[in-house]
Amino acid sequence: MINYKRKVLDNGLTVIVHEDHSTPLATINILYKVGARDESPDKTGFAHLFEHLMFGGSVNIPSYDTPLQLAGGDNNAFTSNDITNYYLTLPSDNIDTGFWLESDRMLSLAFTEESLEVQRSVVIEEFKQRYLNQPYGDVWLLLRPLVYKVHPYKWATIGKEISHIENATLDDVKDFFYRFYAPDNAILVVAGNVKAEEMFNKAQEWFGSISRSAATRVPYPVEPPQTEKRVLTVERDVPFNSLYRAYHSSARTDDEYYAEDLLTDILNQGKSSRMYLSLVKEKKIFSEIHTYVSGSHDKGILVIEGKLLKGKTMEEADKAIDEELQKVINESVTEFELEKVKNKLESRKEFGDMDLGDRALNLASAEWLGDISLVNSTLEKYRNVSAGDIQKRAAQIFREENCSVLYYMSKN
Amino acid sequence: MSGIIDRSMPPELKEIREVKIPRAEKVTLDNGVPMYYINSGLQELVKVELIFENLEFPADKPVIPLAVNRLMSEGTSRHSAQELADLIDYYGAYLNSYESPDYSSLSLFTLNKHLGAALPTVREMLSDAVFPQEEIDVLKRNSLQRLAIEDEKVSAVARKNFARMCFGNHHPYGHEFIKEDYNTLLRSDLMNYYKSQYISGHCTIVASGKIDDAVIRTINLCLGDAAWSRSNGKVAGFPDVIGEGEMKNYIPKDGAIQSAIRIGKRSINRSHPDYPGLAVMNTILGGYFGSRLMSNIREDKGYTYGIGSANISYRRDGLFFISTEVGADVTEKALTEIYFEIEKLRNDLVPESELRTVKNYMMGNHLKSIENAFHISDKFKSIYLSGLDYSYFDRFVRKLKSIRPDEIRELAVKYLDPAQMTELVVGRK
Repeated sequence: MINYKRKVLDNGLTVIVHEDHSTPLATINILYKVGARDESPDKTGFAHLFEHLMFGGSVNIPSYDTPLQLAGGDNNAFTSNDITNYYLTLPSDNIDTGFWLESDRMLSLAFTEESLEVQRSVVIEEFKQRYLNQPYGDVWLLLRPLVYKVHPYKWATIGKEISHIENATLDDVKDFFYRFYAPDNAILVVAGNVKAEEMFNKAQEWFGSISRSAATRVPYPVEPPQTEKRVLTVERDVPFNSLYRAYHSSARTDDEYYAEDLLTDILNQGKSSRMYLSLVKEKKIFSEIHTYVSGSHDKGILVIEGKLLKGKTMEEADKAIDEELQKVINESVTEFELEKVKNKLESRKEFGDMDLGDRALNLASAEWLGDISLVNSTLEKYRNVSAGDIQKRAAQIFREENCSVLYYMSKN
Repeated sequence: MSGIIDRSMPPELKEIREVKIPRAEKVTLDNGVPMYYINSGLQELVKVELIFENLEFPADKPVIPLAVNRLMSEGTSRHSAQELADLIDYYGAYLNSYESPDYSSLSLFTLNKHLGAALPTVREMLSDAVFPQEEIDVLKRNSLQRLAIEDEKVSAVARKNFARMCFGNHHPYGHEFIKEDYNTLLRSDLMNYYKSQYISGHCTIVASGKIDDAVIRTINLCLGDAAWSRSNGKVAGFPDVIGEGEMKNYIPKDGAIQSAIRIGKRSINRSHPDYPGLAVMNTILGGYFGSRLMSNIREDKGYTYGIGSANISYRRDGLFFISTEVGADVTEKALTEIYFEIEKLRNDLVPESELRTVKNYMMGNHLKSIENAFHISDKFKSIYLSGLDYSYFDRFVRKLKSIRPDEIRELAVKYLDPAQMTELVVGRK
């Protein structure tokens, strides 16, 4: 059980405090409800570029990192299609430094041309390093627009193309900041060796005077149901053929999500799972295969991806996968399999709550999903999934017209 | 509270005076295996790590230690690989194999309530592994594919070739795995290595998490029985390091849009008196986000997504290196800046303010490194596997607090001589 207290300030900032007095540390986690899905189609990659700019100095503090390091702290951030999350850890005695830094950059950034210019180059190098100069690195740049035709999940967080990042202007940056970086669009979690009442007071003191966002949010376009199978074949300079399938599935907040997550575990989690045993070991078609759900806020995808062994064809790979999928549609999973993946989830949850930083993020995520109590009740929801639920979801998801396939072929 | 705050001034800071590292306790199992344990944390979970130090390096068949460690869990005389996986997975437990050039380990992660059920399976793997040929084939097949994919990554090619240039291919710290290493794997070699090395007399257990008397009893019951094997063949020991003498190398890769750079040299390990000071020097140069390499090459020039330096402490040696991936068109410029930062550290005194930031940052990091039971056990391993005791951390903190700018410069002069550095570029210049 993760303990927590929650309060909403007058300006809309949600504040959550988790006390753990067994550590001398404290963590501040701020989740901003903005991600790549909030970008306009001609300015993609912006939420992520913006994350970099959040370290380029704020209105009263020229450097974010130095004062934090001086306080014995460390920090990082990540951007997804849904959110941008910032977190820092430091000795709890110096928690004021964390409040000072985080509230100042929510108040306003320094907005300098120099910072924008350097971070544009850094992000372009990141684009090259992770997506272009790696074997199979561009898979998601290809797969997203195949699967999503309308919803902004159709581009990756890094952006559609480098030119979008090159063309970012300071006005774009300012506009983005004032729309999304405001207390009513954020969740603040303070965790560790701290006292809840004291932290609520500090939150009020440092963040209470920051104004709400003036912007109104528009709903995201809804992805219409897919009606026919989509196939894309590309050829690249990679050593082996690789196969990717994406099926439309549920949103993280849907009840069906839990059954889907367990379904992918039964198919492909660990060395006793079905697809590993049959496709990697017995039939020797893949060197590796993975199945997982995206778990995104809006309707997500269930992905099957595998690297083919040399000499195996895409036809063989497709046929072997289809056989496994037919099996899970036609026959109920066994009680043993179901208990196994549920037990596995139970320990994953327990191990996942070990670190203070993870607990803080889990609290922020649950609050963002709309129900903070999820942080402690998720396991129960998994426990309640029946073999019938899993079979039903398998039949609903694994339909040919619901599937997008990427054949990633080796040139050699 | 007044409600009026001064945002222009940083809040007052408190220095971290000391870091109390929870110490591992030691018990000896009935069969003589030493077990060190750290009882810490609120959650009902345990990690039991079985460590086997590498006592020799089969240079002609270098994959053996890795293959044995991975395949030990893939079949015993009583259970197939699948059955063993089911026995672990059913209890929600995880097994993790880890191999370094100095030691191999097998770790069981489990909830306390399933320890007694999962541990007998681990015990079976320790003394009754049979290394089925089909499992060897799976490992070969999939490792060869992974190897071929790695060879397409400039960073992986740089990491492997750089180690080889520094330590030589016949040494475990320098050996670069190639296709032939896997193709020559024989079942009989694995059996022999397993029988001579994976014996209770070579094993150390490190347990961490919620370790109460019941847990210790369970571990003793499952792993403390009569010695797993009495045979204790002669071991060859480690070979000497013979560097390749090749100081500068460029491996071109067609169409690369970034180049991987590695610059560094053989260095010292944790047991050397200079090590704590070197750790501070390394942090200033490239060991944290505010480091000189990051500030110059990423935050000022924008040549890279990331650059860093590190000093790896092996049991018998050390390796200092700088690594980065930069835009191919700025490869030469990045090299110039890297050497510029090395020279600056060797010629100029570090400003007091910068040194203070690094000291505070490192103390905070030291505090964070004991955040949970597993981290505390890693902390213990870092000294135990270097043949050191807890007084090392006292020396480390003392040096960290007292080190002066002139000492940093001396260390840079001593350990960062560009004339002795090995330089490797993989990509396009």
